[in-house]
Amino acid sequence: MTGIWAIVIPAFVKILVIIAVVMTGVAYTTLAERKVSAWMQDRKGPNRAGPFGLLQPVADGIKFFFKEDITPKEAYRPIYLLAPLLTLFPALITFAVIPFGTSVTVAGQTYPLAIAPGMNLGIVYLLAISSMSVYGILLAGWSSGSKYSLMGALRGASQVISYELGIGLAVLSIVLWTGTFDFNAIVADQTGGWGKVWFFIPHFLAFVVFTVSIFAETNRLPFDLPEGESEIVGGYHTEYSGLRFAMFFMGEYANMITASAFVVLLFFGGWNLPFVRYEWFGPLWGGLLSMVVFFSKIAVCLFIFIWVRWTLPRFRYDQLMTLGWRRLFPLAVLNFVLVATWLLLRGRP
Amino acid sequence: MLSYLPIGIFVAIALAIVPLTMGLGWLLRPKRYDPVKLEPYECGIEVHDTLRGKVSVHFYLVAVVFLVFDVETIFLLPWAVAFDRLKLFGFVEVVVFLALLVAAYVYVWMKGALRWEE
Repeated sequence: MTGIWAIVIPAFVKILVIIAVVMTGVAYTTLAERKVSAWMQDRKGPNRAGPFGLLQPVADGIKFFFKEDITPKEAYRPIYLLAPLLTLFPALITFAVIPFGTSVTVAGQTYPLAIAPGMNLGIVYLLAISSMSVYGILLAGWSSGSKYSLMGALRGASQVISYELGIGLAVLSIVLWTGTFDFNAIVADQTGGWGKVWFFIPHFLAFVVFTVSIFAETNRLPFDLPEGESEIVGGYHTEYSGLRFAMFFMGEYANMITASAFVVLLFFGGWNLPFVRYEWFGPLWGGLLSMVVFFSKIAVCLFIFIWVRWTLPRFRYDQLMTLGWRRLFPLAVLNFVLVATWLLLRGRP
Repeated sequence: MLSYLPIGIFVAIALAIVPLTMGLGWLLRPKRYDPVKLEPYECGIEVHDTLRGKVSVHFYLVAVVFLVFDVETIFLLPWAVAFDRLKLFGFVEVVVFLALLVAAYVYVWMKGALRWEE
C-alpha cells in the first residue's frame, strides 16, 4: 500500500464507518426523541416494533421508501425536487473534518481518527458548509408554491443567518485564543497541562452565545419557528412527502449531531476526559476508547437538545430576532474584544 | 493538497448516496396521482392565495445587515490566527475596525432595522 492508496483506502473505510455511525445516530436520535418526550409526559412512547421499540427507526425508514412522492401543481419542479438534497448533502459532508478520537494502530500502521487528518482548516470548512443548509430551507419553501412553506422558509432563512453571526463570533474568540483552525490543536489546548481546562469555563460567554445560537441554527425548540406546527403547519417542508421529507428530517438530525460535535470539540475537551490518558490503554484500545468517549459526549448533548425541547415554550418571532440581534450579537462582540484584550495584556497561557 | 483528497472522496460518496436512495424509492413507491392530491396544502378550505412575490421588507433588511456583519466576521478570522505576529499594531487596527462596525450597528438599531415588534 503505497502512495496515493495509503490515503485513499483508509479514508474510504473511515468515511463508510462515519456515514454508518451518523445515519444510525440519526435514526436512533429520532427514537430517543420520541422515547424521552414520552417519558417526560408520562407516556410509554413507541414500544411495538422490536424490544422497547428499538426497531421503530427501521420501520420508519422502510415506510418512507413506500410513500408516494408528491409534487404539488403550484411547485417550481426542478428546485422543488433539488431542495431536500441540498439540505441533506451539506449535513453529511460536514463530518469530513470532525476528528472523532485520537488514533488507532492496526498491524503496525497508525491511523488518526479523522477523515481528513492533515487538513488544518477544519473550523473554516465547518462554518462554510454548515451555512449552506440555508439554501435548502429557502429554496424548498419558495419552490413549493404554498404560503405556509414560504412563510416557514423566510422565517427559517432570517433566523439561521441572524444566529450565524453569534456562532461566527463565538468561534472566532476560540480561534483567537488558540491561534488555530485545527480541531486537534483546539482539543489539545483543553487538556493535559497545568491550567488547561475545558473551554466552557474560561470562555463561558462564548459558550453561552454559541449554545443558544446552535439551537436556533438547528431549528430546535425554543427556536423552531420555521416549522412551528401550530401556526404554519410544517413550515418550509409542508408540501414534501415520502423520501424527500425524510431527507429534510435526516438533514435536521444530522445537523444536530454536527452541532453537538462542534460544541464538544470547542468547549468540552473533545474525546478527552480529565485525569485520563489514552496511552494507558495501548495504541488500539486507547484509540477506540477515545472514540467511545467522544460519541458519548455527543449523546449527552443530544439528550440536552431533547430535554430543552420539552422544557421551554416557543419564542415569538420578534423575541427571537431581538435576542439574536440586540442581545447575543453585542454580547459576542464584547466577548471577542475581552479575549483580544486579555491576550494582548497577558499573552497566551 | 493531498490532505484534502479524503474530503473529495466524502463529497463523491455523499453525492452518490442521494440518487441511490431516490432511485430505490422510485422503484418501490406507488404512483397514483389525481388532481386533488396535487393541490397546495390548505386546512380544509380552498386555496386562494399562493403568496409568491409578497415578502415583508424586514426579511430583506435582515439579509442585508447580516451580509455586512458576516463579511466582518470572515475578515476577522485570518486576523485571529495571525494575532501573535501582529501584536499591538494588529490589535489597534481591529479596534478601529470594530469601532466603525459598532457605529454601523448603532445606526442600524436607531433606524429600526432590528425592530420586529410592530
